[in-house]
Amino acid sequence: MSAQQILKVFVTRRIPQEGMKILQKAGLCNLSVWDSDEPVPRAELLKGVAGAHGILCLLSDKIDTEVLDAAGPNLKVISTLSVGFDHLAIDEIKKRGIRVGYTPDVLTDATAELTVALLLATARRLPEGVEEVKNGGWSTWKPLWLCGYGLSGSTVGVIGLGRIGLAIARRLKPFGVKRLLYTGRQSKPQAQEVDGEYVPLDTLVSESDFVVVSCSLTPDTQGLCDKTFFSKMKKTSIFINTSRGAVVNQEDLFEALSSGQIAAAGLDVTTPEPLPTAHPLLTLKNCVVLPHIGSATYSTRGVMSELTANNLLAGLTGSEMPSELKM
Amino acid sequence: MWCSRTALGRLQKIAPCTVTGFHRAMSILPKVYVTRKVPPDGLDILRKSGQVQFEMWDSDDPVPRVELLKKVKGCDGILCVLTEKIDAQLLDAAGPNLKVLSTMSVGFDHLSLDELKKRGIRVGYTPEVLTDAVAELTVALLLATSRRLIEATHEAKTGGWGTWRTLWLCGHELANSTVGILGLGRIGVAIAERLKPFKVKKFIYTDVEPRPELANMIEAEYVSLDELAKESDFLAICCALTPETHGICNWNLFSKMKKNAIFINTSRGGVVNQEDLYEALSTGLIAGAGLDVTTPEPLPTHHPLFTLKNCVILPHIASASYTTRNSMSALAANNLLAGLRGEPMPKELKL
Repeated sequence: MSAQQILKVFVTRRIPQEGMKILQKAGLCNLSVWDSDEPVPRAELLKGVAGAHGILCLLSDKIDTEVLDAAGPNLKVISTLSVGFDHLAIDEIKKRGIRVGYTPDVLTDATAELTVALLLATARRLPEGVEEVKNGGWSTWKPLWLCGYGLSGSTVGVIGLGRIGLAIARRLKPFGVKRLLYTGRQSKPQAQEVDGEYVPLDTLVSESDFVVVSCSLTPDTQGLCDKTFFSKMKKTSIFINTSRGAVVNQEDLFEALSSGQIAAAGLDVTTPEPLPTAHPLLTLKNCVVLPHIGSATYSTRGVMSELTANNLLAGLTGSEMPSELKM
Repeated sequence: MWCSRTALGRLQKIAPCTVTGFHRAMSILPKVYVTRKVPPDGLDILRKSGQVQFEMWDSDDPVPRVELLKKVKGCDGILCVLTEKIDAQLLDAAGPNLKVLSTMSVGFDHLSLDELKKRGIRVGYTPEVLTDAVAELTVALLLATSRRLIEATHEAKTGGWGTWRTLWLCGHELANSTVGILGLGRIGVAIAERLKPFKVKKFIYTDVEPRPELANMIEAEYVSLDELAKESDFLAICCALTPETHGICNWNLFSKMKKNAIFINTSRGGVVNQEDLYEALSTGLIAGAGLDVTTPEPLPTHHPLFTLKNCVILPHIASASYTTRNSMSALAANNLLAGLRGEPMPKELKL
């Protein structure tokens, strides 16, 4: 009689209970968990993955050749608690025939919601307002004090009209947006739903009052938002990035903001993360920086956790994953 | 400040013998006092009209009461903002010439309507032109509160931001939620329209009576105040401040709300009992609150509400967009001029 092989799984962080319960109930795997809210140190990671059949990781874990080698030939599946996968060495993973699970769709609503929240907070100067109230800067109602830029009658440009980009566009529409522009490798039929106009990048950048970056990080999009990009934007425009930090050249953004080349920026992602507290961008009144909380709602993180666990189990048993990354 | 009197003065210097005709015409131009430096669009309209001679408190800060009482003497019209109390004292100081009071606001709780009506003074205000900006700011405040943006920006600035963590700074999302509106008017409807694509499951509202026409626009269900409190995941206060609504958001309301509920007020500070709100927030009775209006304004910096991480306070900026403030200014000016000509106003307040 052959004993059923116990599959070894390394989980790189304490994940929401919904996902843990699914893994524990399955009874398939010998779970080794870095049971902390803080990231697993590199040395521990390399040790922990040795002989693993599956790895459940977060976007803060670089799964590169070193990790894959440390894991060894048992490794069948990597399941990440994120929709982004720029932390995974996809070529290497594909070469070794390892499957990858990720979490698209379930976080679209929370991320689109946060992007709109950030856009509004930036355009209507909420953090400045809160500061003034706390430090005594609020005297009485004044006609032009803390005036911002409204969405009513504006042109919004979305760079990357994918799941999240489209969800953002849907949420902005009822604010009275006059034109919705988008750009990307090709036009999208679903853009019709939001009356989206497919335009070249330059057109989007020069005609938009609000520029929203929602594309994935690829060699093509790395450093896309640089000096040339910002120089084409309107002086009154607002720049929002909730995709990945590396899409933006931060020195160029600082220049554009401090010189008044653009009106303001809101970022949920930076390079690096966390952004050091001494970073110049944090000194600007017209720059709102959030610590990568795009998908941070209780329900969404719970659902992501479940999906990640189910992706992992499917990978271990050689079955169809709910959300497999096509590589 | 360039105004008609200055123009007259210059003319008198150029051609003293021919201005007697002008002088007579000038002296019968209605006299107007503008209580604050309002945005340019309104001032341009007043100047270019040639229908009024006006003086203005040329400052971003409010006119002192003593100065105001002096300056309104003998005026035919007053253009004010919401910081001026237009009461019996002021109306007496102005005297019997006063025909029109134009406020650059949609709220009119600073006006003694009885006194104005008694004296046959017409009132202009600025509804509708500010609806978009106010609805937008209300949604901005709601999201900033529910998604904990102020806590988050603070953590990013002060070193609280470590690496990505699974449950850090999690908030409550609008998807599948019930949104309640207290006071369904133009602004309430505009707020609901903006919240809809966030996948809100249900809109409910309460008011002095059902508002079927407005409610149908957003498919909102009429409920009692109690039901509104019990069922709302997000509660937005959008009513006018009246004797009936004064302090309506008190312990009785908060104690019936859900533990995860977010409370948003962009109407008037007087609608909320702030001590009760503080209790509700600090004891976890509700999850968070966002306020654009307080009592008083400004709220003193040592107020207990400032000690709460789950309370976001803004300095009454709901209509603060450049285009909107200019539109309000223009409308207030046009209301004033129409009133002085004895014509229908673009937006007259029915007394």
